[in-house]
Amino acid sequence: MNLAVEMAGLRLKNPVLTASGTFGYGVEFAAYGDLTALGGIVVKGLSWEPRKGNPMPRVAETPCGMLNAIGLQNIGVHRFVEEKLPLLPWAEVPVIANLYACDVTDFARLGEYLAEQEGVAALEVNISCPNVQAGGILFGQDPEQAARVTRAVKDRAGTKPVIVKLSPNVTDITTVAKAAADGGADILALINTLSGMAVDVRSRRPRLANVIGGLSGPAIKPVGLRCVYQVSRAVDLPIIGLGGIASAEDVLEYILVGAWAVQIGTANFLRPDMAFRIAADLPGLLDELGVTSWGEFRGALRA
Amino acid sequence: MPDNTLMAADAASSSVCREFTVLELRRTGPESGSPAHSPVGPDQSHWLLDLDLPAGFPGDAGWTPGQFVMLRPVSWSLELLWARPFSICMLENGILRLFFQVVGRGTRAMSALRPGDRVVAWGPLGQGFALEPETPTLLLAGGIGLAPFIGYARRHPQPETLRLFFGHRPEVAEYPLDLLPQEMPIEASRQTCAEELACFVDDLERRIKEYAARQGLILACGPHPFLRAVQGLAMKHRARTQLSLENRMACGVGACLGCVTETTNQTLPVKVCTQGPVFWAEDVHLGGEA
Ligand SMILES: Cc1cc2nc3c(=O)[nH]c(=O)nc-3n(C[C@H](O)[C@H](O)[C@H](O)COP(=O)(O)OP(=O)(O)OC[C@H]3O[C@@H](n4cnc5c(N)ncnc54)[C@H](O)[C@@H]3O)c2cc1C
Ligand SMILES: Cc1cc2nc3c(=O)[nH]c(=O)nc-3n(C[C@H](O)[C@H](O)[C@H](O)COP(=O)(O)O)c2cc1C
Ligand code: FES
Repeated sequence: MNLAVEMAGLRLKNPVLTASGTFGYGVEFAAYGDLTALGGIVVKGLSWEPRKGNPMPRVAETPCGMLNAIGLQNIGVHRFVEEKLPLLPWAEVPVIANLYACDVTDFARLGEYLAEQEGVAALEVNISCPNVQAGGILFGQDPEQAARVTRAVKDRAGTKPVIVKLSPNVTDITTVAKAAADGGADILALINTLSGMAVDVRSRRPRLANVIGGLSGPAIKPVGLRCVYQVSRAVDLPIIGLGGIASAEDVLEYILVGAWAVQIGTANFLRPDMAFRIAADLPGLLDELGVTSWGEFRGALRA
Repeated sequence: MPDNTLMAADAASSSVCREFTVLELRRTGPESGSPAHSPVGPDQSHWLLDLDLPAGFPGDAGWTPGQFVMLRPVSWSLELLWARPFSICMLENGILRLFFQVVGRGTRAMSALRPGDRVVAWGPLGQGFALEPETPTLLLAGGIGLAPFIGYARRHPQPETLRLFFGHRPEVAEYPLDLLPQEMPIEASRQTCAEELACFVDDLERRIKEYAARQGLILACGPHPFLRAVQGLAMKHRARTQLSLENRMACGVGACLGCVTETTNQTLPVKVCTQGPVFWAEDVHLGGEA
């Protein structure tokens, strides 16, 4: 079967991408597999200025998952473009920049600068920063704010597709999804991490210095599937599904509920060749299931 | 630590990910001693794990002592998600040997491995210890921090220039000191109470001072409080000292930014897994995590 997927002008040779923050700047994984065998690479969230991130400890293992409060440590968008992007095989595999800012102006200039870079195939907008001007509520939790940010990036992105990455930490994810669509999003990606915490009963301390962090890994797959299922029925945009994917079967579960492509996140920490293995396992599993086209399989859940 | 070496450490990696077969898992120390009665905790058992080197994994010449591997048994469910970092204790004749201590869920599960079991491991990872064959070199090991020094001493072209000062709480018989080269003098010192610990720190200071005066090299690996003590003394006496850090790691390859530490000469925190785990004592801030 032809594994290629095309959505909003973004051409992927297969639907297996890597998730932002779990695949570094891509180069870290070059020793463990052929980067060009992936559908796409989403790099660590980039901000305009470099960011130091949160104090340690900033990761903790939890049952079937992990918590992180990295706090968006990154080298800043300029160093990324100068030092990392040239090392990536962007001519053969789409490199997607993940953007992070805390006000609309910053989002706009980040989007504009990154969209101008030849090696950047698409922009993924991470709207989980608290908007200080709006009283600290997360951009991703307020439909109006989500639409504003999306519009600001879309207006500066030229021909590059804009992916808006949604947070599951909301009462109704379809409301924010619709707002992002109204703002001009080309593609939606869901889900980002779930808000959570872990404590140590002996030291009586939280396991993260930041107390609260983002939960990811297989533990959140049911939530991710539910979100993709709901949004795919409510909004007429292609969806990239993620959350807890750790096998080719998990990939197909997401596609069955309506995703066009997926991202492998925390599973990259189980072994650094995980995304490559999942991409390689996919054709055999599709064969076994008798699937002959994405069009036939996508969203074909018998519910 | 100029910026370009940090970048090189990130990009130029010869490490690989492979499945290994367990050849042997052997508990060290007195078989009869009941771990439950140990003065230091519920389970302090120590193990030597031998793995059969698969094709493509760097062999004897392809690693530097102080480097480590991430290891995750194939049989682990998704309950234990992360692999665990372990220093390369020995990598000789097609065998990768690790020396580990049971401290939690992962290491306890590892102590149940059987010959023939499969584990996934990737490496060699990180930057190893400095090697200066002619320089008098003092190895400071605290407990399980002994592991990388076994490889260091065995690989050293002139082990007679080395000296090991070893602080431990479990019985000394728990540690495979027989794997160390005969030529290297070893001093082991057990601490079971606060007074013994204070004496140990005094001894540490005396030795660090002596090596500083001789322009020697000091290498240290062990628990966080031990490293902090060594760092303080090394700064006080201006001793050329490297420390190997044991921060919590999720990926081991520089992708997650979960293992970072602050340094004196970088604006952003640096990744212990790729830019360490070995750092010069004056470069690194030993922050919060104990
Ligand atoms: C570069 C590097 C090299 C290492 N080399 C070795 C080695 O050669 N041999 C070896 O035995 N260990 C080594 N370690 C430490 C080893 O990785 C941990 O002991 C292991 O990850 C603990 O896993 P766990 O699942 O058993 O513990 P967890 O279930 O994750 O934790 C259980 C408890 O153990 C404590 N704990 C976790 N890590 C440590 C630690 N490092 N020291 C003391 N207590 C800890 C936790 O705080 C917690 O209270 C190394 C670590 C690093 C970063
Ligand atoms: C250590 C870590 C760092 C992350 N950093 C980012 C980030 O910079 N930007 C972003 O949009 N998502 C980030 N995420 C979220 C992931 O991209 C992904 O949405 C989430 O982990 C769920 O997928 P998973 O269960 O497959 O990991 C991060 C996740 C982890 C575990
Ligand atoms: S362990 Fe992931 S960056 Fe070091």
